[in-house]
Parts: sequence; structure tokens; C-alpha cells
Amino acid sequence: MAMMLGRTAANLFWLSRYVERAENIARLLEAGVRMSLISRRDQSEGEYLTSMLQAAAVADLYFSKYEAADLKSVAQFMLLDPDNPSSVYSCFRNARTNARTERTALTSDMWEGINSSWLEIAEVRMGQVTEKQLPDLIAWVKQASHRFRGALLGTILRNDGYAFSQIGNFVERADNTARILDMKYYVLLPRSSFVGGDVDIQQWTLILRATSAYSSYRHTYHDRFKAWNIAQYLILRTEMPRSLAFCSRWVRSSLDLIDTLYGARTDAHARAEEMCEMLEGTDMDAIFRRGLHEYLVEFIGRNNALTDALASSYDFY
Amino acid sequence: MTNADPFNEMLNADGSVREPYRVLSDWIGTQPENDLRKMSTDAEGIFRRLGITFAVYGQEEADERLIPFDVIPRIISAAEWRRLSKGIEQRVRALNAFLHDIYHRQEIVRAGKIPQKLIVQNEAFCPQMIGVEPVRGVYSHIIGVDIVRVGPDQFYVLEDNLRTPSGVSYMLQNREAMMTLAPDLFQKMRVAPVDTYPEDLRRTLQSVAPQGRELAPNIIVLTPGIHNSAYFEHSFLADQMGVQLCEGRDIFVEEAKVHMRTTRGPQRVDVIYRRIDDDFLDPLTFRPDSMLGVPGLFDAYRAGNVTLVNAPGTGIADDKAVYTYVPEIIDFYLGERPILQNVPTYNCTNDSERAYVLEHLPELVVKEVHGSGGYGMMVGPTASKAMHKEFAEKIKTRPDNYIVQPTLALSACPTFTRAGIAPRHVDLRPYVLVGDEIRITPGGLTRVALKKGSLVVNSSQGGGTKDTWVLED
Repeated sequence: MAMMLGRTAANLFWLSRYVERAENIARLLEAGVRMSLISRRDQSEGEYLTSMLQAAAVADLYFSKYEAADLKSVAQFMLLDPDNPSSVYSCFRNARTNARTERTALTSDMWEGINSSWLEIAEVRMGQVTEKQLPDLIAWVKQASHRFRGALLGTILRNDGYAFSQIGNFVERADNTARILDMKYYVLLPRSSFVGGDVDIQQWTLILRATSAYSSYRHTYHDRFKAWNIAQYLILRTEMPRSLAFCSRWVRSSLDLIDTLYGARTDAHARAEEMCEMLEGTDMDAIFRRGLHEYLVEFIGRNNALTDALASSYDFY
Repeated sequence: MTNADPFNEMLNADGSVREPYRVLSDWIGTQPENDLRKMSTDAEGIFRRLGITFAVYGQEEADERLIPFDVIPRIISAAEWRRLSKGIEQRVRALNAFLHDIYHRQEIVRAGKIPQKLIVQNEAFCPQMIGVEPVRGVYSHIIGVDIVRVGPDQFYVLEDNLRTPSGVSYMLQNREAMMTLAPDLFQKMRVAPVDTYPEDLRRTLQSVAPQGRELAPNIIVLTPGIHNSAYFEHSFLADQMGVQLCEGRDIFVEEAKVHMRTTRGPQRVDVIYRRIDDDFLDPLTFRPDSMLGVPGLFDAYRAGNVTLVNAPGTGIADDKAVYTYVPEIIDFYLGERPILQNVPTYNCTNDSERAYVLEHLPELVVKEVHGSGGYGMMVGPTASKAMHKEFAEKIKTRPDNYIVQPTLALSACPTFTRAGIAPRHVDLRPYVLVGDEIRITPGGLTRVALKKGSLVVNSSQGGGTKDTWVLED
């Protein structure tokens, strides 16, 4: 089997992370667009957008440039601003640079997919996108991510390169789901009244929309929206491809593949096991008793520790 | 000789079509201009999507640019190609023998065929290579020979690029593009394939692995990185061969052996197709300020633990001053007459030749001995009077720094221009591989001067490329 440079493994990991991050930003914004249609008159749009900026860890940067969080400015900032390291523009720029550096580890379909996406987004200028065009641009971002992932799954050899890109993809996705949950964790806490009010339902659907879980929720639960279900759905349900449980299992099985190929277990594997244990030996009652926020913070911390372990075990540089 | 009446590769003087171009000429006749225009646009789309770009140094904005591609292929008949490839093979055999001799006993100098000064005082001479024994005695494994055509049977070698010739990825991608853009035309002709190149390259590299490492050598391509103008080509070739593309930071030397940093720890490297210039290869042996190279690499090479392709120091054999001696070199090592001619070249250190040159500068081409890429040269007929004066002074001050040649009437091929199909001047760079055997890919890269009347085909000076079709019998 061909040897892989540590640098290549790192770049493949980050390439998939960047593409997944761009897609997640698109989903967050999609929920934001929806929200702005129904909540023009109250404060919740600004509140949502601000918490979204916080979830992406770019709120400080945003408010150094803008006074208030309105949809148009936040969308510009999150989609196209080259100064924002987490904007879709920056994600595709970084993804494309990584891809270009690792051209030989990519199939031509993967390379052409990411290169085309970069060339297309680089054409769109800040300030040119109207609110009316926003849904199209958001749809484009999701398509671009699907195009890359589709090319990857359809063409890449199932070797270590595949495993490292899958780990990057699902570490990023788990981080995103955990952050969205944490940004709204208080609306999910069990209360004396089991029936949510209008505001609760609006917040819950927002979480579901931002994680593409809105319609699949019904297929899974055959029930009205309930905070307990929503939290369980996005944390523990293994059939939900954005849940923490699904992502962690996927990361673990990708590490299993590497272990099989290399014939050696590493520290990264131990970290992945620990994360899966957080999710497998528990239920929602236990999580709520312990504290949802605390649980999510711990998960995010362990997810970061996994990345560090990966970097030292496989000589990322 | 001037460019007043260049050889037209498609049309005879009486307007009739030369045989190799018959099918192409008929095809062009049936193509509406709009279709050709659409082909050109499509070609640009293909190249952009594939990321086939090059960087122009000193132009930040145009960080990545496309080399213009002309959709009309250039045709070479089977008989023409047989002669060309024989001539090329003869040249690369002689030049590799020359390199071995120069870094060993220097018999050719002892025999008085080449002045000693020209070798030992030459900047391209690499004293560190003296006494080194490369595998199979091959110094220059990967060569691009620049050839121009001035008549039906007259070809000149303009330059032997024996260091790190580039452009082969364009040869391969141009063919892919043409097969997509004009499948109907392609089917009508029997065109020799070029897609054998990556496998030939891999076999060549494998055949020069160090002793004891021949069975399954670990081959890598060493690139300066993504900011290098030819980065696309480096990654393309590594990909096509299925070998690792590395930068200096990816490999290191320990106990005179080369290793790369992998996810499973250090792995031995056996053959390095390096696209880094000699000066930057190893800061311990060459330029100490090089950030691109690998400390200790040259020691590992001298110890016979790794093969560098091409070997350091090959520049001495494609130096423009040594170039004038290639006929003697062929005679000395092979005892043969050159099949391909050199361009007649004036030696400015010779008083009478210099006097002639200074008299006739407006008709001549002046090239710096160590220049390349179209930089540091003057094309007399298109240069200003001030330029003539400037170069006259330069030649008087440092006659050994310049070679002077007549302005060649480069052959012209039909090319799609804004004004429709029109003849434009071309050259040809076939690619040669030297290892266990000599492999020459049929055709090569045709570069075309897109400006009307221009003779400068370099991509850095506004030149484009064409696919080159060698017909099979």
C-alpha cells in the first residue's frame, strides 16, 4: 500500500472539514432566512443571527464591522467576506488550496468539483447579493458541498486517504451540531409544562431546520415537536446523519479502517472510543440530570482533543 | 534569412495542400467560424476546470493564468517524425556521453575539441559532480529538445533543455482537449498516442533506482510548492504516475539516506524526479539560503543511496556556448554525423564574426548565454534602434556572454485568430526519456506565436500552444 505523507493526511482531513463547514453555514443561514420571513417585527431575528455568529465563533469580528445583526449583513459576512475565516468564501478558498496542494491524493472528479466551486464563488462579489438572491446562493453552497462529497464517495479509493477525509467531515459535523444545540440549549430544557408555547416551537423548528432535521423528525417520531425528542434526535439517535452519536460512530469506524490498514491502534482511537461511550451508555434523562449545556461543552472539548490526538498520532504538519 | 517568406506547413507556394494536412484542410473548410470560436471557448473552460494554469512571476494579480490554446492541431507526417526522432536520440546519447566525460576524464578537452575554459569557467559546470557515478551513466533523463522548422526538409535544433524542461503536461492535456473538442477530426486521422508518457516516465525513473533498490523503488516528484509556475505540471505528473508529490519539508536525510514523513513514520525514498533547480536542491552543498531544498540531499546522492533525476550539473551540456559544439560532441562520442542541424551561430569572441554581428544586428537574434524563457534576448527585426544600440554595447563589453544567430523564418501553421484562420509561427518541443532505453513520445509540445508576424513563442511572452499530431503510416 502506498505511503501517505502526514501533511497529506492533514490536508485531506481539513479539506473535508472546510467543505462541511461551508455547508453548515448554509444551513444556519437557511434557517435564518426562514426566520426573517416570520419574525420581522420582534427581536428574535437579531437574536438568532447573533447566536449563530457566536456558534461560529465570529461574533466579535462581525460586530467590529457592523452595528447590528440583520440578515443581509450577516449573510454577506458569513457567505462572502474574505476577512471572515469561517465564511463560505474562506472555506472554499482554503479547501481549494488544500486540494491543490494534495492534487495527487484526490481523484480528478474531486479536484474538478472543488476547483469549480471555488471559481464560481470567487465570481460573486460582496454587496452584490440581494436578499432575494440569498436562497439561490444558499442552495448553491449546499449543492457545491454535495458535489464534492458525491465525487469523493463515488471515486476515492477506500484507503487511509478516504478515512482521514471522513474523520474531517464528521468531526466538523459533530462540532457543528453540538454548537447549534448549545446555542439554544435553554429552550430544550424540560420544564413543568410539557407542551411548548409558540415561541418554543419556533425555536425548536429553528434548530431542526439548521440541522436539516425538520421533516425527518416526523418520520422518526410520528409526534409533534417536543424538546426532549429533539434533543434525543440530535444527540443519541444513530440513524440521524447529523447526530452526535452518528458522527462519533463514523469517526470511530474510520479510525478502525486506518488501524486495519496500518496494523496499529493509536491515541486517536482511544479518544474516539471515549466519545462513543459518552453517547452509547446513556439516555436523555441522564444527560438532562447532568446538565445539557455541560454535556455539550464536554463533547465539544473531547471532539477537539480527538483532532489533537489525530495530529500527533499521524504526524500532521 | 528573414521572416518575409516562412515555410507554410499546410500550403505549398501554389496554394495546394501538403499531403499530411489534407484531411485537416478539408475539415477546416467545413467548420463555420462560430463553431471554431465555440471550440476555443470550450477549450478554455476545460483548462480552467482542470486547473491547468501557470503563474507569471512579478504579476500578482494574474496569480494563475491559462496558456492560450489553439484548436487547430499541428500535423507531422510519419516520415518526418522518423527522421526527427532519430536525430533527437542521437543528440541525447551524445550529450549524456559528454556529461559523463566532462565530470570524469574530460577526454574531449584533452583532444582539443572544446576549449577547457569553456567548461571549467562555466557557471553551469558543477564541480561537486566530478567523479560521481550516476546509475546507468545517465545524467539527463528527462529532456525537451526545442526544434524549429524552416523548410520542407530543414529542421534546426534551437536548444537542448537538459535541466528540468517543462510543458509536457500541456502536451498531454492538449491531446485530451482535442479528443473532446474535435472527435470527428480525430477519428479521420491515425494519430500516434501520447498518453504513454506517464507510464514511460515511471519506467524510466524505476530503471535508474539505486543499486539494491531496483525491485520496488519509492519514487517521488519534488516540487518547490504551489506557488511555482509549473506546480500544476508537478502534481499532474505525480498523479499520472501514481507516486507521491513532495516538497522539501516532506523529506529529510538521515545517515545519507532520504526519507519522507508519512502517517506511519519515516519511509525511505529511492528516486527523486526533482523540479527544483540545482542551486536550491541542498542548502549544505549549494545555496545555503535555499528554503526549498533538503539538507544533506547531495551527500545521499553521492553515496549512491538516492537517484536525482536529472542529475545536478547537466546545465553544462545545454549551455548556449557549449551548444555550438554539439556537432563536434556527436562526432567525438558517436563517430556519427549529426542528423539534426544546429542553427548557424556566430561566436562573438571571434573578431571577424563579432564585426559581422555588430554590422548586422537589425537582422540577427541575440541571446544571453544563460538566459531562458525568452528573457534577455533581442530579436533584431522587431527591436527598436535603441535596443540595437544597447545590445551592441553589451556584446562589446562581454562578447562571451552572448550568442548570435540569424533570424530564422520559423515555419507557420494554420491557427484560429480573431480574423479567422491565419498562419502563425511555431516551434516544437519533443520530450525524451533516457533510462534503460531511450523513449521519445511522438509529437511534443507545439508552441505558437499568436501575434501576427511574431517569432517569440514563449508563454511568458504571449505565446500559446497547439496539439501536435504525428500521423501513423
